[in-house]
Amino acid sequence: MDPFTDTLQRLREAFGSGRTRPAEFRAAQLRGLGRFLRENKQLLQGALAQDLHKSAFEGDVSEIIICQNEVDLALKNLHAWMKDESVAKNLFTQLDSAFIRKEPFGLVLIVAPWNYPVNLTLVPLVGALAAGNCVVLKPSEISKGTEKVLAEVLPRYLDQSCFAVVLGGPEETGQLLKHKFDYILFTGSPRVGKIIMAAATKHLTPVTLELGGKNPCYVDDDCDPQTVANRVAWFRYFNTGQTCVAPDYVLCSPEMQARLLPALQSAITRFYGEDPQSSPDLGRIINHKHFQRLRDLLSCGRVAIGGQSDESECYIAPTVLVDVQETEPVMQEEIFGPILPIMNVRGLDEAIDFINRREKPLALYAFSNSNQVVNRMLDRTSSGSFGGNEGFMYMTLSSMPLGGVGNSGMGRYHGKFSFDTFSHHRACLLSCSGLEKLNAIRYPPYSEWKQQLISWALGKQSCTLL
Amino acid sequence: MKDESVAKNLFTQLDSAFIRKEPFGLVLIVAPWNYPVNLTLVPLVGALAAGNCVVLKPSEISKGTEKVLAEVLPRYLDQSCFAVVLGGPEETGQLLKHKFDYILFTGSPRVGKIIMAAATKHLTPVTLELGGKNPCYVDDDCDPQTVANRVAWFRYFNTGQTCVAPDYVLCSPEMQARLLPALQSAITRFYGEDPQSSPDLGRIINHKHFQRLRDLLSCGRVAIGGQSDESECYIAPTVLVDVQETEPVMQEEIFGPILPIMNVRGLDEAIDFINRREKPLALYAFSNSNQVVNRMLDRTSSGSFGGNEGFMYMTLSSMPLGGVGNSGMGRYHGKFSFDTFSHHRACLLSCSGLEKLNAIRYPPYSEWKQQLISWALGKQSCTLL
Repeated sequence: MDPFTDTLQRLREAFGSGRTRPAEFRAAQLRGLGRFLRENKQLLQGALAQDLHKSAFEGDVSEIIICQNEVDLALKNLHAWMKDESVAKNLFTQLDSAFIRKEPFGLVLIVAPWNYPVNLTLVPLVGALAAGNCVVLKPSEISKGTEKVLAEVLPRYLDQSCFAVVLGGPEETGQLLKHKFDYILFTGSPRVGKIIMAAATKHLTPVTLELGGKNPCYVDDDCDPQTVANRVAWFRYFNTGQTCVAPDYVLCSPEMQARLLPALQSAITRFYGEDPQSSPDLGRIINHKHFQRLRDLLSCGRVAIGGQSDESECYIAPTVLVDVQETEPVMQEEIFGPILPIMNVRGLDEAIDFINRREKPLALYAFSNSNQVVNRMLDRTSSGSFGGNEGFMYMTLSSMPLGGVGNSGMGRYHGKFSFDTFSHHRACLLSCSGLEKLNAIRYPPYSEWKQQLISWALGKQSCTLL
Repeated sequence: MKDESVAKNLFTQLDSAFIRKEPFGLVLIVAPWNYPVNLTLVPLVGALAAGNCVVLKPSEISKGTEKVLAEVLPRYLDQSCFAVVLGGPEETGQLLKHKFDYILFTGSPRVGKIIMAAATKHLTPVTLELGGKNPCYVDDDCDPQTVANRVAWFRYFNTGQTCVAPDYVLCSPEMQARLLPALQSAITRFYGEDPQSSPDLGRIINHKHFQRLRDLLSCGRVAIGGQSDESECYIAPTVLVDVQETEPVMQEEIFGPILPIMNVRGLDEAIDFINRREKPLALYAFSNSNQVVNRMLDRTSSGSFGGNEGFMYMTLSSMPLGGVGNSGMGRYHGKFSFDTFSHHRACLLSCSGLEKLNAIRYPPYSEWKQQLISWALGKQSCTLL
């Protein structure tokens, strides 16, 4: 027997009792989550500073406020989201009640990563709770500060018969995954995404996988270098580049590169000062393993900007690499750090071909003064999401789904999409137990006129007498 | 196909924010033999409408339809974007080694797992339309003949080879006693004194399934029907009683014209019985009392639900068809098909100018800048759209 059996059994029994179904229960859970965020703001900011050297402000805007917004949105819309959806009926079903009912799946597992450890654990949790599920949270063991707060403090704010935090590394997670869950949402790498999906297969468990990739950032010749440099730099170096939707590499012409480099340096200096290592707005790499990995990438191509590192702090300077080969490691794996390689292409078509030769990314960016260029990039490529002359600002919109495609993932969440993701949409048809004479028409034997009548009625699509 | 505009916030007021529906790319549809035209072509409609290239793998078991789909259908479509591939389990296994961008499979849970395992290797999203044993609860408070008409028709339609057909009945012994003559009456009215000669009763797909079903006839006790004719793969509309939960007829999806009746004492026992088992694709409850029907609906889970009705909802393209748990994942029909076969891409198009407006979000963050940004972020969806 493994350490999870009892916990999961307890949660299943609670779900079976119907506890999580009423709106009042779900709203109480969401309010509890809201209180957790408000009452432990400093504790969470401290944990994020400990884990990733995030400033209190950055912790707020990228994690805590985002979570609070999701809680508020769910509370505001809970009844509307939970409501049965009426559907159009046809001639056969005119007298019936036809609707789609949203139901919780049951026991939901959320496996979260370390880069936005509050956001990427709690935003999915909002959706799972709003949808009426019992939830097991598996926060990342790598972001230890946040893991501790989530494990020790968060449960006090929720009904612990319906919610549990489980801890551990890859081995414990493997054990956990042997159990049956009714839905799994995983955020992490494609490699581990496959492990999760393989485990889910054994129980026919549906999954949402929020994975990653190398997010291309095309910079057209027709644009203002400083504007582009500001935007690209900010989105690249935010959270020290440890963002799944950050621009991973730039594609531009050699001429554009020559104009972009000084502009990037200017932006970096304005944002982080002459000595970025002492800027309060620049974070650190999560741990030594990733620090080493990133430091090794600094020897790819040629360092045009930055390139400094300090092992004692897991500090890597905001860096730009040029003269990079596609075969080098920095162009092979997702960088997930404050390093921005620039690859040269001659024009939009070559950029599109380059992008389409590779796995579909989670995000794709195109910068150009020409709408035509931006739209052409949008039309000819595929990615989880797309930003034109912009970075991942869409992440602040709860009206936008967050999800990948191809190697960058499947499924989506945020806002109402979370509620729908964690709900089974059950088609329901409630008919009257009487009026059987009306039904007589559909039973065999089928005379000629009966056949014609039924065929005709069936061919008449959705009567909107509803 | 139209881009869907979405609500924006203060930061994105001047931007264009929308969700674009895009085809996944290469879609594989693996279809079964029981409704070989419907379950191959309805998914195809969605995949084509969503702009995908499609590979169709019809069932090799329904050979007549397979032939028409393979030889005639391609003439009507652009063959650079569409192909029919043929074969059995071995060929399908080979096919699945290749990478597809979406797979829709209709069939058994056992094969569903094989499909999903293959999909995992390429991180291919799937919709799996599987099966199960669909319970049919018959309350004491109902008119037996009305219920018998409805249950019999949905059970024996297509000779019971329907993934959403009522698989077994749950009712009290008293109700069973009233239901049996009513079921016999319905069967006789529908199919005549000699159902084998009725033009409205089908046959079992092949000998393998015929044997499987004939073996099930020895479970419990035959109350109605029970005849079979191997030369025609004919099985009579049959009702079994005195059935044990451990017998094969209550273990596997029947997929034939055999209806076992299990006894329960009341709604709660029926609900417990159902919830002890895998979530079915469909669930039916018959009662004069709306309260009973709604209680069954509230306390159980299934792909879909029919109250005092069978799978009539299948005629509504406004309803999604999909399972839950062991009966499947994902859904299609109507617009749900289009959405299933589309990637919904979040798009934000900003202006390349007006950079001064953006200055506020860049570091370093003074006190007032922090307050302003935090405040703006906390203001949800401005509906100035």
